[in-house]
Amino acid sequence: MARIIGGLTTSHIPAVGNAIARGLQDQPYWRPFFDAYPPIRDWLAQHKPDVAINIYNDHGLGFFLDKMPTFAIGTAHEYRNEDEGWGIPQLGPFAGDARLSWHIVEGMVADEFDITTCQELAVDHGFTVPMQLFWPGAPDNPDMPRAIPISANTVQHPIPTLKRALDFGKSLRRALLSYPEDIKVVILGTGGLSHQLDGQRAGFINSDFDRMCMEKIVDEPESLTKISRMELVEKAGSQGTEFLMWMMMRGALGPKVHAISQNYHIPVSNTGAGTMLLECGT
Amino acid sequence: MTKKTIPGTTIFDGEMAMKGYALNKMCYSFNSAAAREAYLADPEGYMRRFGLNDAQKQACRDRDVLAMIKAGGNIYYLAKFAGIYHLNMQDIGAQQTGLTVEAFKEKLKKAGE
Repeated sequence: MARIIGGLTTSHIPAVGNAIARGLQDQPYWRPFFDAYPPIRDWLAQHKPDVAINIYNDHGLGFFLDKMPTFAIGTAHEYRNEDEGWGIPQLGPFAGDARLSWHIVEGMVADEFDITTCQELAVDHGFTVPMQLFWPGAPDNPDMPRAIPISANTVQHPIPTLKRALDFGKSLRRALLSYPEDIKVVILGTGGLSHQLDGQRAGFINSDFDRMCMEKIVDEPESLTKISRMELVEKAGSQGTEFLMWMMMRGALGPKVHAISQNYHIPVSNTGAGTMLLECGT
Repeated sequence: MTKKTIPGTTIFDGEMAMKGYALNKMCYSFNSAAAREAYLADPEGYMRRFGLNDAQKQACRDRDVLAMIKAGGNIYYLAKFAGIYHLNMQDIGAQQTGLTVEAFKEKLKKAGE
């Protein structure tokens, strides 16, 4: 039976990908951010998950406004990282686990979560930067798990509610736990925390709100579902809505988790950066 | 239903998605290096090919991010437009808030103190 061993959260800012490419991890600006990752890598080295489900939001590489799925899952054998137009060096392809993807799809659609399936999906920095942070050298790290991308729409409103995001995770959990193979799965929730890139309010960061979210998501994720989507935009910034990915991740971990590691740092580029390792309770 | 307004913030909803479709579609094309080169070689022709309206064209000519947003631009696609000119999110943030890039970075740093 598949076992969910824990959840990882991280910001997925493109500037982080650039800093990695240029080897800036030890510079004073970057160090307080990168210092959060070695303890999580140690945990991963110890537990060696077989599969990483990477819940992120596409930023206009895999999807465009012509067809915009609210929730989409990769069902491919591999995922390519492609040119995003401005940025960070492209990585090699990430190996998928198509059989598990289709099992999740079967389970979630039967559970009335009608998710869009993608046999081809170009993955952007939202997917690749977290992989590089947790598995340095990704995708060529020897411990690199097979990867399944799940993307939620935060590009255009209406975006999913926080309750729907948490419920998504719960449904994902049910699907995973019914997988007959003995595999260990780790769930990534990437993006956030507070930031706003657009408008006269660009540069908005709200550390009080971010810290509250990081505290509540451990033991009281249900309480966060009371936050409306407009309240989330107001308090976390337009792109702080990426916190939905954290809620999806959290739903998949089950009721009891232990916060093994956490870090919060401002600013990384325009963002309040949150990093957490939540281990599933037994 | 009345929409809630948040100062300095445009909610990119269905209305904006329809308004900005041509502009965003053009910016989405800039994922490809060939498209970026084609735009730089002939911006007017490229904008015409994607059917941008006058406000969208002028905003692109001026590289004016607030005007692009007003014309329906979505920041995720506009970032690809900015990339053509090697502008990053701090440059764009400074432009939209009327600050120098240094002052904008300082403002971000202060948020953590």
